[in-house]
Amino acid sequence: MPALAELVAAYEAAARDPEFQAEFLGLCREYVGRPTPLYFARRLSERLGGARVYLKREDLAHTGAHKINNALGQGLLARRMGKPRVLAETGAGQHGVATATVCALLGQRCVVYMGEEDVRRQSLNVFRMKLLGAEVRAVASGSRTLKDAINEAMRDWVSNVADTYYMLGSVVGPHPYPTIVRDFQSIIGREARQQILRAEGRLPDYVVACVGGGSNAMGIFHPFADDPEVRLVGVEAAGRGLETGQHAATLCTGRVGVLHGSRSYLMQDDDGQVLSTHSISAGLDYPGVGPEHSHYRDTGRAEYVAATDEEALGGFRLLCETEGIIPALESAHAVAHAARLAASLPSDRIVVVNLSGRGDKDMHTVADVLGVTL
Amino acid sequence: MSRIEATFARLRSTGRLALIPYVTVGYPDVATTVDLVPALVEAGADLVELGVPFSDPLADGVTIQRASHAALAAGVTSRTCLEVAAQIRARTQAPIILMGYYNPILRRGPAAYCQDAAEAGVDGLIVPDLPPEEADELQSAARDIGLDVIFLLAPTSTDDRIRTVCQRASGFVYCASLAGVTGARTSLAAGLAELTGRIRRHTGLPLAVGFGISRPEHVTEVGKVADGAIVGSAVIDRLESLPAAERVAGTAAFVATLRAAADG
Repeated sequence: MPALAELVAAYEAAARDPEFQAEFLGLCREYVGRPTPLYFARRLSERLGGARVYLKREDLAHTGAHKINNALGQGLLARRMGKPRVLAETGAGQHGVATATVCALLGQRCVVYMGEEDVRRQSLNVFRMKLLGAEVRAVASGSRTLKDAINEAMRDWVSNVADTYYMLGSVVGPHPYPTIVRDFQSIIGREARQQILRAEGRLPDYVVACVGGGSNAMGIFHPFADDPEVRLVGVEAAGRGLETGQHAATLCTGRVGVLHGSRSYLMQDDDGQVLSTHSISAGLDYPGVGPEHSHYRDTGRAEYVAATDEEALGGFRLLCETEGIIPALESAHAVAHAARLAASLPSDRIVVVNLSGRGDKDMHTVADVLGVTL
Repeated sequence: MSRIEATFARLRSTGRLALIPYVTVGYPDVATTVDLVPALVEAGADLVELGVPFSDPLADGVTIQRASHAALAAGVTSRTCLEVAAQIRARTQAPIILMGYYNPILRRGPAAYCQDAAEAGVDGLIVPDLPPEEADELQSAARDIGLDVIFLLAPTSTDDRIRTVCQRASGFVYCASLAGVTGARTSLAAGLAELTGRIRRHTGLPLAVGFGISRPEHVTEVGKVADGAIVGSAVIDRLESLPAAERVAGTAAFVATLRAAADG
């Protein structure tokens, strides 16, 4: 708890410090490659025969996903706080890779906790993290996925708080993390808002993003939150189908609970035990969700739907074939729902999809599903 | 005066250190827990903590994680824990404290949970992932029915934090000997006296020290600066090391050695 109070104070000071913000924005430009394009997906739109679909190309950011935005911001914060050792949890490995990257950039020691199950299905990202100088610790407790990696990272943090910064990768966990991660990720939505105004002269009708913990979705939603004409749609992982119980659709099916220091929707049984989740995409495989998404759900500011593993694979292939873009399986959930949505809308409507990451890391998973041996 | 406070008052008047073992309910099975706890009291425990298994025991090290997951896998629920508490209550007068995480309490509803716990003969609750600022609902339900809510402080706690916790505390204050998670350690953390000294400036409540207390000599040291010693992972480690037929007697014998160390 004193560590959280220290973090609140340090972040509030950094957020007000023009030098800190200038360094963050400078590295976003020079190192991450921002702004990422807002790309009009002409062939995809034509194929769907409905709304005009734009893709916010976070897959083109350095390291291949939006996770770098937050890692860069928090890495600078850790340096400012004088913490030479940085911890992170990772599911798909994208946040772990982003953290390892930023630690290499800033000369910090990096330890990444990753569930054993995720280490197995994301071996490429494990190798990337090691190349970048990080120590990857496989977590064998609980369900051996993202939530257990967070448990283990938090245990390490409370044991080593004097010299260690915990770099949480999503808009979850105890205050102030949901705020910090949202703020650093909001660069996505601020850019997208300007870009669509430039391209179309008006705001979009829909903004669609996938939701696991919810950082890419919150990053693109938040700057549109005060534009009531823009409908915000979060797409959760329906896994093998909501009716099977094997999914990670927290906002669609969960009940309010407390996990990892925040009160939010949670997948849990009648005894309050946290349930194991399933998704084809490791990055959506989390039984909780950011508390601000829960707020958006309860107030109706955003709506939350779900796409199954199969639908996500459909979105994945659709984008490969129509646009020559291989999306991350997480982002493919957003593509799948956006495709359904766009097809049902007239041609004067605009849908913006947050393409949160690229799919190189998922080649083994997709090949397995297709019965191909690499 | 609650049963917990009365127990500490009685011990304090005779200069005896409160010995507080922790066991995870239903590990390795429910029958063992029901037999073990009265045996531990017989061997010199003054209060007992019953660990309520949770899927994500954030504050616990590997030993209690393992016990917790095994108990859940065997079908133990919050309801089981209350039934076990009631059976233990029928066999001993020692105060019983449930230590468990907040989500199962929230699921049941704090008021209903407190009611169930009180009916089962439970005297207090420790909820390591519930910060005092968020504890109003549980505390008011607990107070209404006569349960103590016990909060944790650690060496990293600021004086402001200590003041906040002490204003809300009842029963006793749980002092974590170190910043970290539960689990046996070879040596006692330095700076314990400094922590208990800082806390005593804010409260007259008894102080019990846990986290890492695992050997008789640790208990002796704790006795110099605090009113109680809490031993969890080391008790479970002992339980695990014994063949089924010797678990109850062997673990009770371990607690007897802790008692002897406490009585010096």
